[in-house]
Amino acid sequence: MTATADPPREAFRLGMLLSDTRYRSITIQIIVLALVVLGFAWLVDNTIRNLEQLGKGFSFAFLWAQSNYDINQKLIAYDSTSTHARAAAVGILNTLLLAVLGCATATIIGILAGVLRLSRNWLVGRLMTVYVEGFRNVPLLLWILLIAAAVNETLPPPSAFRGENATAQMLWGSVALTNRGFYIPEPMFSRSLGDLSVFGLFNISLDFMAILGALIAGIWASARVGDWATRRQFETGVRPAVFWPRLGLVVLPPLAVLVALGFHLVPPELRGFNFRGGIHMRDSLIAMWVALSLYTGAFIAEIVRGGILAVPHGQTEAAYSLGLGPTLTMRLVILPQALRVIIPPLISQYLNLTKNSSLAIAVGYMDVTGTLGGITLNQTGREMECLLLLMAFYLIVSLTISAVMNAYNQRVKLKER
Amino acid sequence: MAEIAYVARGTIPPSPPPPSEVGVVRWLRENLFSSTGNTILTLVAAWVVVEVFLALLPWLGGAVWNAGSLSECRAISPGGACLAVINERFNQFLFGFYPAEGYWRPSLAFLGLLAAIAPVLFTALPRKMLWFSGIYPLLAYWLIFGGSVWGPLMVLAAVVAAAALARAVARLSGEVAGMIAGVLAAALMFLFAVDPLSGWLADAVPIGLAPVSSDQIGGFTLTLIIGVTGIAGSLPIGIVLALGRQSNLPLVKALCVGFIEFIRGVPLITLLFVAHVLLNIFLPPGTEFDKLLRVLILVTLFASAYIAEVIRGGLAALPKGQYEAAAALGLDYWKSMRLVILPQALKISIPGIVNTFIGLFKDTTLVSVIAMFDPLGIITPIRADQNWNGIVWELYGFVALFFFICCYGMSRYSMYLERRLKTDHR
Amino acid sequence: MRKITVLAATAAIGLGAAAQAATLEEVKARGQLNCGVATGVPGFAFTDASGEWDGFDVAVCRAVAAAVLGDPKAVKFVPTTGKTRFTALASGEVDMLSRNTTWTFSRDVDLKFDFVGINYYDGQGFMVRKDLGVTSAKELDGATVCIQTGTTTELNLADFFRINNMSYEPVPIETNAEAQQKYLANACDVYTTDASGLAATRATFEDAANHIILPEIISKEPLGPLVRHGDNEWGDIVRWTLNALIAAEELGITSANVMEMAKAPTSNPEINRMLGTEGNLGAMMGLDKDWAARAIAAVGNYGEIFERYIGEKTPIGLPRGLNAQWTQGGLMYSPPFR
Repeated sequence: MTATADPPREAFRLGMLLSDTRYRSITIQIIVLALVVLGFAWLVDNTIRNLEQLGKGFSFAFLWAQSNYDINQKLIAYDSTSTHARAAAVGILNTLLLAVLGCATATIIGILAGVLRLSRNWLVGRLMTVYVEGFRNVPLLLWILLIAAAVNETLPPPSAFRGENATAQMLWGSVALTNRGFYIPEPMFSRSLGDLSVFGLFNISLDFMAILGALIAGIWASARVGDWATRRQFETGVRPAVFWPRLGLVVLPPLAVLVALGFHLVPPELRGFNFRGGIHMRDSLIAMWVALSLYTGAFIAEIVRGGILAVPHGQTEAAYSLGLGPTLTMRLVILPQALRVIIPPLISQYLNLTKNSSLAIAVGYMDVTGTLGGITLNQTGREMECLLLLMAFYLIVSLTISAVMNAYNQRVKLKER
Repeated sequence: MAEIAYVARGTIPPSPPPPSEVGVVRWLRENLFSSTGNTILTLVAAWVVVEVFLALLPWLGGAVWNAGSLSECRAISPGGACLAVINERFNQFLFGFYPAEGYWRPSLAFLGLLAAIAPVLFTALPRKMLWFSGIYPLLAYWLIFGGSVWGPLMVLAAVVAAAALARAVARLSGEVAGMIAGVLAAALMFLFAVDPLSGWLADAVPIGLAPVSSDQIGGFTLTLIIGVTGIAGSLPIGIVLALGRQSNLPLVKALCVGFIEFIRGVPLITLLFVAHVLLNIFLPPGTEFDKLLRVLILVTLFASAYIAEVIRGGLAALPKGQYEAAAALGLDYWKSMRLVILPQALKISIPGIVNTFIGLFKDTTLVSVIAMFDPLGIITPIRADQNWNGIVWELYGFVALFFFICCYGMSRYSMYLERRLKTDHR
Repeated sequence: MRKITVLAATAAIGLGAAAQAATLEEVKARGQLNCGVATGVPGFAFTDASGEWDGFDVAVCRAVAAAVLGDPKAVKFVPTTGKTRFTALASGEVDMLSRNTTWTFSRDVDLKFDFVGINYYDGQGFMVRKDLGVTSAKELDGATVCIQTGTTTELNLADFFRINNMSYEPVPIETNAEAQQKYLANACDVYTTDASGLAATRATFEDAANHIILPEIISKEPLGPLVRHGDNEWGDIVRWTLNALIAAEELGITSANVMEMAKAPTSNPEINRMLGTEGNLGAMMGLDKDWAARAIAAVGNYGEIFERYIGEKTPIGLPRGLNAQWTQGGLMYSPPFR
């Protein structure tokens, strides 16, 4: 006869919902769910009643109405007869443009400043400290306004480039730095492949696609050669010299495509009130770009410094005792370990930069907050819909960036074991 | 035996190091000109420093402190800074459009703030001072916004009564019941007792200060109100969210994660637009509350998501043994959190909380975008004044200097804390 | 503190505060008029060093406060930007908006506001530097134009350039002060806004003579105070306060003589009806007899307000033009007080 270990089953009593840990968690969750649903219902009910009282509906139909306003900085075709939805798309692209530009320069500035701050050079170290502390401790909005004012007040207007006794000169005859923005030469193709229209919504330049394709193919081939070199090294102990072939594989294919397409640069020239031709980067874009890069760069500098300091000195000594030189030590021992500390906060700085780009409205850069959350909202009076869309956009961007970060963290974690 | 030509009869006195290895020269060589690359860097850095000084010195040196307008300034000193505008509008930078005869009230509230946070920040101070920190919010509210003294007093009485009731019930039938009783009692008292009682007392014994409406408050006072309220209000919410995120109840966890990620995923400016434009639409028709209050609510929610992440870090940093030890002692969830986990987790979170505060303090400048007159916002009406039209650097520079001093001081403090907390654990 | 307890109550249990009462009752109960104004437009709305609001648009707020509450100082001024003004009014944060706002069809019909009248007839103009050598807006092809965002000017501008088949480079800006800074720094060739605003802005320049306002007026911009749709009683009060100010100028009532005239009936029955010495027009709106007299005494008649803040003797120096009384060839015309 075996003794049953089961405790006697108690009959279910109502009190057990609270006292029995098996049921309590379910009870609590049901109560929380009920409260949340009630709260939401309350908010939605209020909203419906309020909108009714204001005589407004809730509809996104306004997005397809003509917008009637112009936008200066645009990456896709747009004019005042386009729809509000297209204006929002222009804004979204502008936000992404600013975010990408800002992240790239902020990373460069941050790494430079972070490394220089650790340098033994007293003056440079102090200067970098002043930069980092100055930018970290003053609000970003203030920096944006200050830099915008600096661009507007200190650079020459286009009219200063005009006439016999012009007070300003174009750099290398092709770049004009004015207080209305920077005019740089525009890449043109004399044997262009033309544009590809995507569903009639926007055009993709086939020329750029071709160059991009060549570049990707080159990088892929170069990576293969690198793999081959590593295999050879394992087999024979000697690494074949493949630096120049690899560089050639990356550089030559895009170059060949450029020549084939008849690539040339068209510089801007002064006509009428402004420079015409070339690429015009508006003063607002410049101000936002510089301010975001410098501000985020200061934070990245601290991250980089922290990351390098986080690698124990013993690692360097161990690498030296293995006979590695300073460069190889940095590349093979210090950097991989420092990067593990650096990259997660670095990505969250990218996220911050993207969110901070919404401050563009302060200087009139037409990002998505300026179009959808600004002029469209004002002209249509659809606050609820506009703000919902705006928040949804930022949420999608930040969730995507978080997902990338999590994926990276997972990968690094696995390697650690 | 050959003659020995030379024998040393004593030690040769050490010769002085070569001139390149002593004093200033050595320092310069080691720190500035150790290699070609370093020399180039040094020269570039020196050039930057010199250029900045050359640009700033005449500007600051020719500063004008007393003038009635920008053109007067320019007449006195064409290339100099026109700090007269700061001089004239200094009070607006500090207090916004607060009535001049009441300037002592926000000033006193600020001194009170220092006294109230001192015991929180410096553990060496007597614990009794925390009582003052407890009543400080009501005191500050009354000082800044004025009105009858009875309102805050009644709120205080209601809170004390509810707390006493909660404690009594807790002793009789458990912590959870006590908490529920306390919250219910407070809600009932707020709904039915506080308003009529304070109204009646105010009629009977009118003691109070002249009321000041929130749109008159601006300048650094506004910055401090938003920053301090945001952090103080977000602490309890942040703790709850952090605990919820660690909870093993899937629904609670999902809700907390959803909230935190939502708030952290959108820019503050969109939340301020919501506060400014939409919050009234979410509330029952006819509810109308103050713009400042709406902004405070949204800023508090915003800060609480960040605080929750800071506290989560603190919770995660605690050794697992602490949780197990608390469980082994037979403490239930709430008791173990209250007596064992949170006190330690909060302590290690303080530097992070201070850093969040610095961030929030800087972010308060965004309220200028929704037409509130914080130090940055107040620049707009000043520049609209015909006398000061066209002035730029002086105003921005002054506000930047203020923020730099505050934030730099706070970040130094947070570093000091970090160092101190580190040694504690070794 | 009451606000806080009400908030606590709403948040905790979900009870609404009192349902939306008629605006007049609300204002009287509050003892204060909430009036939306601009954050700062020279002459129209500005603050002095002590923080007091003053200006052409502000005077309308003060007149309504004087009529309804008997105290021109019983106003809470809520500064609004182009972006926030309509939501402030729609959400009930302000009782009325007096903030150089153009009366348009869609604002009236779609945004659900009532424009109660026009206190300034304006039109959109262009200001340029003299040395550009431009004499007409038609020559502005390719120019960089500073505009205030969130206003009708931005739509008019797009229309104007499209119709004339010209290109331009818009530079959107939030406030007048910023626009001015950009224009003076030559970051834009042209500044466009209401002609009154241009004149006011130009007046503050050190070298005003080097800037000209182009002859083209590309739009009609009737500016006036507005209230929410649906509370006609309140709309009537604001409308007739404004009309009283306009009529007062026509009838020769000034802030100096209004109290004299309001003491006893004069020979002009319309003056008597307006100032309450004959009949009781005020009672029909829920006000007392002296409402109009108080409003005029507080801020003066329309002409006095104009001269005080934006007239030819002020630095802004606007001529009356369209804003003269109809008897003087202008458009200012108050319906009769009868």
